[in-house]
Amino acid sequence: MIRVENLVKNYGDVKAVRSINFDVKDGEILGFLGANGAGKTTTLKVITGYLTATAGNVYVNDLNIAEHSLEIRRQIGYLAELNPLYLEMKVFDLLEFTAQIRQIEGKEFRNALTRVIDQCGLAGVLHRTVGECSKGYRQRIGLATAILHDPQILIMDEPVTGLDPNQIVEIRELIKELGREKMVIISSHILQEIEATVDRIIIIHQGEIIANGTSDELMSSFRGQTQLKLEIKGGSEASLSALKDAAPEATITNQAAIGEITKIDLEYAKDADPREAVFRHAVKSKWTVLEMATHRAQLEDIFRKLTVEGGPE
Amino acid sequence: MSNIKTLYVKELKSYFNSPMAYIFLVLFAIFNGYFFTNTFFLINQSDMRSLFGVVPLIFLFFIPAITMSLIAKENNTGTMEMISTLPIRDVDFVIGKYLAAVTLAGIGLAFTLVHFFTLVSVGTNIDYGAVLCGYLGLVLVAGFYSAIGIFSSSVTDNQVVAFIIAITIVLVFFLLDKLLVFMPAGLSGMIQFLSVDFHLSNISRGVVDSRNLIYFGSMIWLFLIVTVRILEMRKWR
Repeated sequence: MIRVENLVKNYGDVKAVRSINFDVKDGEILGFLGANGAGKTTTLKVITGYLTATAGNVYVNDLNIAEHSLEIRRQIGYLAELNPLYLEMKVFDLLEFTAQIRQIEGKEFRNALTRVIDQCGLAGVLHRTVGECSKGYRQRIGLATAILHDPQILIMDEPVTGLDPNQIVEIRELIKELGREKMVIISSHILQEIEATVDRIIIIHQGEIIANGTSDELMSSFRGQTQLKLEIKGGSEASLSALKDAAPEATITNQAAIGEITKIDLEYAKDADPREAVFRHAVKSKWTVLEMATHRAQLEDIFRKLTVEGGPE
Repeated sequence: MSNIKTLYVKELKSYFNSPMAYIFLVLFAIFNGYFFTNTFFLINQSDMRSLFGVVPLIFLFFIPAITMSLIAKENNTGTMEMISTLPIRDVDFVIGKYLAAVTLAGIGLAFTLVHFFTLVSVGTNIDYGAVLCGYLGLVLVAGFYSAIGIFSSSVTDNQVVAFIIAITIVLVFFLLDKLLVFMPAGLSGMIQFLSVDFHLSNISRGVVDSRNLIYFGSMIWLFLIVTVRILEMRKWR
């Protein structure tokens, strides 16, 4: 279990993280979401012991990071952003080196090696130098070094950035598989990347947590998010303005006429569906309905709303 | 302790996996060979003084070259993040790398034993004690310069900058006792004690005094401990 309390990290005058709090439970997959420079990486660097917090506490399995950094580093597997590796080393040597640092030797090492080669699909590149490997392979090598000691906590900073779609699917599957028994924290600035994988999402913006919950919780916490797109032909002025009274539960957000065709955007709350009323009004006014489609807010919209339009409402 | 060994082996391998070690060893052997044999038969003495005189000068440039990448490169390529989130104490990290650099310098020194064997085959009345002390002095100098080198490598992300800082600091210690004439009389004793040459010349004359050993030991300890502190400070950025 990881507990972050009032964590603050400043780089000189720059306030990268401003007093954030959150918990991560064992066996949970947490998505850490935010625009570039929001403070995700900084938070993860503090949890992994690479940086020291300016203020606040981080507890990993009830050990305070300020006092037990070494012990915590033993328990965590970390895949850093941009995945820095020793490019001149052979893949096998790199894994052996990591194993030795983590005191995994002899039979234990051979078992661990077999496991990570299998999980990360490294059989073909084991005797190549890391620098010769493709980006996808390097990502898997980085992941292999992170899970070599079978950690209960795995932290990955933007693990799928820069990979091609097939590799993204592979890594995502791997993360899901690992997440069955481990606590996993993944950060990303692209929502679709992690939406399918994680149990819970924390959205961080300008160093502060602005949303924390499952994707369903995040969506339902937003009011008026369902949109109705209507495209009609032959609407008279009077019948168009009467729409408002015919469907009082919806608000018209946009209305544009191009020749005979009128496009209307409506918005309504989840539990007040105005589609029947709109349909009846259309029949009564003799409109020809070309299109009527709902557009449910995606997590993406929420993320944009939170991070671009200046925080929660 | 086992982490020191792991890091030491990795670092030594990485020297020999790149052209670095070979360039160093070949050039080091050529320079020493040239300066030693050039005068060896002219002077017609059965000692290795000329070698012991020239090696510290060559170390002046060569040791900063082999130490410049030790930490600066890790900072530059970002591997520092990977290595410092592994369960390694900063002290072990520094000592492992330091010992690898000293070992490479030591291998270079081992090549100069060729000249010793030449001496044994052509010379008479060889003072083996003086030769032994001479080598002891050179190993200590290599250790001191390497400590300066790893310190310089820790203060920057740029290897060239690390190289220049290291040469500058090494030069200061190297030149201190050559500048004694310009120093106020009261300070000269102290300044002389800080200079490398003063202690080295004592040792290579065959006088191994505890003062000289303490000098090298404490200087090496000082630069290594400051390096460790700098690594710790980086986390507070």
